[in-house]
Amino acid sequence: MSFLRKSVRLLHAAGKRQQHLKAVVGSTLRQQRPYSSEPSNDYANFPGAKAPFVSKLKLNMPEDYAPIPIYRVMDQDGFIADDTQDPHLGRDVVEKMFRDMLLLNTMDKILYESQRQGRISFYMTNFGEEASHIGSAAALEMRDLIYGQYREAGVLVWRGFRIDQFIDQCYGNVDDLGRGKQMPVHYGSKELNFVTISSPLSTQMPQAVGAAYAMKMRPNNDACVVCYFGEGAASEGDAHAAFNFAATLSCPVILFCRNNGFAISTPSYEQYRGDGIAGRGPMGYGIATIRVDGTDVFAVYNAMKVAREYVLRENKPVVFEALAYRVGHHSTSDDSTAYRSADEIEVWNSVEHPISKLKRYMVHKGWFDEAEETAYIKEVRTKVLKQIAVSEKKLKPNWKEMFEGVYAEMPQHLVEQQRELQQHIEAHKDSYPLKDFKQ
Amino acid sequence: MRVSQVARSCLNTLRLNIRPAPMTRSHFTYYPTAVGPGDAKKMNMFTAINNAMDLALQEDSTALLFGEDVGFGGVFRCSVNLRDKYGKDRVFNSPLCEQGIAGFAIGVANAGATAIAEIQFADYIFPSFDQIVNEAAKYRYRSGGLFDCGSLTFRVPCGAVGHGALYHSQSPEAYFAHTPGLRVVVPRGPIKAKGLLLACIRDPNPCIVFEPKTLYRAAVEEVPTEYYTSELGKADILRKGKDVTLIGWGTQVHVLLEVAELAKEKHNIDCEVIDLVSILPWDTDTICNSAKKTGRVVIAHEAPFTQGFGSEIAAYIQDKCFLSLEAPVKRVTGWDTPFPHVFEPFYLPDKLRCLTAIKDIVNY
Repeated sequence: MSFLRKSVRLLHAAGKRQQHLKAVVGSTLRQQRPYSSEPSNDYANFPGAKAPFVSKLKLNMPEDYAPIPIYRVMDQDGFIADDTQDPHLGRDVVEKMFRDMLLLNTMDKILYESQRQGRISFYMTNFGEEASHIGSAAALEMRDLIYGQYREAGVLVWRGFRIDQFIDQCYGNVDDLGRGKQMPVHYGSKELNFVTISSPLSTQMPQAVGAAYAMKMRPNNDACVVCYFGEGAASEGDAHAAFNFAATLSCPVILFCRNNGFAISTPSYEQYRGDGIAGRGPMGYGIATIRVDGTDVFAVYNAMKVAREYVLRENKPVVFEALAYRVGHHSTSDDSTAYRSADEIEVWNSVEHPISKLKRYMVHKGWFDEAEETAYIKEVRTKVLKQIAVSEKKLKPNWKEMFEGVYAEMPQHLVEQQRELQQHIEAHKDSYPLKDFKQ
Repeated sequence: MRVSQVARSCLNTLRLNIRPAPMTRSHFTYYPTAVGPGDAKKMNMFTAINNAMDLALQEDSTALLFGEDVGFGGVFRCSVNLRDKYGKDRVFNSPLCEQGIAGFAIGVANAGATAIAEIQFADYIFPSFDQIVNEAAKYRYRSGGLFDCGSLTFRVPCGAVGHGALYHSQSPEAYFAHTPGLRVVVPRGPIKAKGLLLACIRDPNPCIVFEPKTLYRAAVEEVPTEYYTSELGKADILRKGKDVTLIGWGTQVHVLLEVAELAKEKHNIDCEVIDLVSILPWDTDTICNSAKKTGRVVIAHEAPFTQGFGSEIAAYIQDKCFLSLEAPVKRVTGWDTPFPHVFEPFYLPDKLRCLTAIKDIVNY
C-alpha cells in the first residue's frame, strides 16, 4: 500500500512539472515570433561584457580586424609626408637629437669592440633604435620617471648621462653609480629619474604601473611614468599584469614597446600571432594605443607628446608601440647571422636606419654639414677612447661593499661573514686581486 | 662599419699602452672522469647534452624539445641541429615566458608525451616557480595517482661564469630541494650530464637538471656514444680518503678535487671527495658512511650560506653520525648577498677558502 501511495505522489509531482513546462513554452509561443527574426537590437548587460546580441553564429577571425596603422612623419628620404604633422622643432633641438643619436651609435660601436677585446665583460648595442630612444625622451619632462629594460641607453644620453658615467658603469669601478654590483649596461640614475636596470625581463612593467599609481595619488601630480620593454618581454606574465593593472587602476603610465623584431634569435612571428603589441591595447585591455614608425624620430616625438598629454589629463595608460629593427646582435654573447641574413640586416642598417633618415631631413633643411658630422663623431670617439683608458685604470670599489646594500642596515650575520672574509683575505693577501680594489 | 673599424684600430693602439685587467678568472681546474671500454667520443658538456637529447628524440617519438631560442640551437648551443633533424614540430622556440614553458611542459607530460624543456638561465626560472612547485611537484600526490607529469624534464643552466653578476650566476637548487615531488640533479661534466639527462627523461617524476654553464665548453671528456643512464639519487665518491670528507656538486666538485690534492701535498691531509650529484632525493647512505669513516665533513657550494643545501646535509649528518664526528660539519659557500659582478673573486667558495676550512676542521 505504502508503495502505491508513493507512486501516486511521484506521478502527481511529474504532472506538475509538465504543467510548468507548458506554461513556459506557451508564453514564448504567444509572442508568435518567427524563428528567423531580424537580429535583436538588445544590448546585453552581463557583468563581464556589454555588447550587442546577434543571432548569427560566427567565429571572430583575426583577419576580420584591420591592423592598427603605423604613424609616421618622415618618409625614407627624410621628407615630411603631411606638413600638419611637422613638429616644427627648432634647429637646435633637431641638432641635439642628431648629435645624441650619433653619440649613442659611436659609443656603442667602440664599447662593443672593447668587449671583443676583453676590456669589459659584456655589452649591448642600441643600433637601429636610436630614434625611438631620442624621440621619446625628447617629448618627456625630466620629472617623468623611466623604467627601462636594458636597451634604452639613448634615453639616458638625452637626459644628460655622461660618457664617463656610462663607461664607469661598464667597468664597475669606484665611480660606477651602481657600485660594481651589476653587469655592464645596467645603468641607473636617481638624478635623471631613471630606475636602475635589472636583467630579468618584464619585471619592471608592473613596477612602473605601481609607481604611476603612487604618483597619481600625489596632490597636483604633473609627472608620468614611462616603461620601456621589448616585444619578446611582452610574452612574460608580468607584461599581462602590467597592462591589466594599468587599465583597471587607471595609471598615468606609457607602456612603450620597442618592437625590434627579435628576442635574441626568436623572431616576432614566433612571439605572438596578433597585431603586434599595439593590437593588445584597445580590444585586449581597453587601453588607448599608438603605433609608430620607430625609425622616424619625429613620429616617435609627436606620438609621445600626445601620449604624455593624454595619460596626465585622463590619468589613464597608453600602449605605445615603436616598430624598428634590431640592427646589432642581441648582445656580445650572440652572433645574429646564425638566424638572420646579413642582407636583411644591411637594409635596416642603411636606407631604413633612423640616423640616415634624420640626416636626410637635415640635408633638405640645409642644416646638415658633412664636415661637422665627421668632426663630431671624431670628438665623441676621442672622448670615449680616453674615457675607456681612464675608467679602466680606476679601482673597483672596496670589496667590503659586496656586503653593503643587501639590507638598509647590515644585519649581524653579514657583519660576521664580512669579518670572516677579512680575516681570510689578510691571511692570503697575494691570492686575491686586492690591488684592483679600493682599500 | 667605418666607425667600428676606426674604433678597433684605436682600441688596438690603446691596448699597447694599457694592459686590460683580466676580465674573467677561472676559479677551478677541470678534472675529467674516465670511462671504461666501449665506443667513446671527445665531447664537451654541451655536445654531450646535445647527444643525449638526440638519442632521446630518436628513441621516443613523443619527445618534444622546447624553450626560448631552442630552435636555432639555444644560447648555449645544446640543441644545435636538432630542429633540422627532428622537425620544427618537435624542436621549437617558445614565446619568451618561463611560466608558460613550465605549464606547457606539464600539459605535454599530462597527455603522455615526453617534455624536455629549457629554461634559459637558472636566474630566470622564478616566473615558473608556481608551475614547478605547486603543479609539477604535486600532480601525482594531489590526484591520488590519477594524473602525473613524470615525463617532464627541465634543463636549466646555472652557476658562476666569472662575469655573470646577479642574474647570470645563481645556483637556486636549494629552493627546489624544499619541494617534495621533484628530482633535482647537477652534473659535474659531460659524461654525467648525458647520463643524468637521459635518466631524468626516462624517470617517472618531474626532474630538474641544473647544468653549470661554465662547464659547457670548459669540460671535455671521452663520452660513450651509446645510450646510457646514470643512476639518480646516487652520489659518486671521486677520491678516497680517510681524514676529511669533502662534499660538493657541479663546478664545485672540481674545486674540491684540486683542494684535496693541495691538502695532501701541503698538509698531508687525506681527503675523500664526494660529488653529491643528486640534490633531491639525495644519497644519505654514501654521505653518512663517509662521514662516519672520516669524522670530519666540509660541504662547499656556490649558493649562499643560509639555507643553502649544505645546511640540510650538515643537519642530517649531525643527526645520524653525531658520535662519529670529530668536529662540527663545516660549510664553505657563497656569502649571504646577491651574486655580485666585480666582487666575484671574493664571493666564491674558492680553493683557498676550502683549504682553510679543511685545516680548521682538522685542527678543531
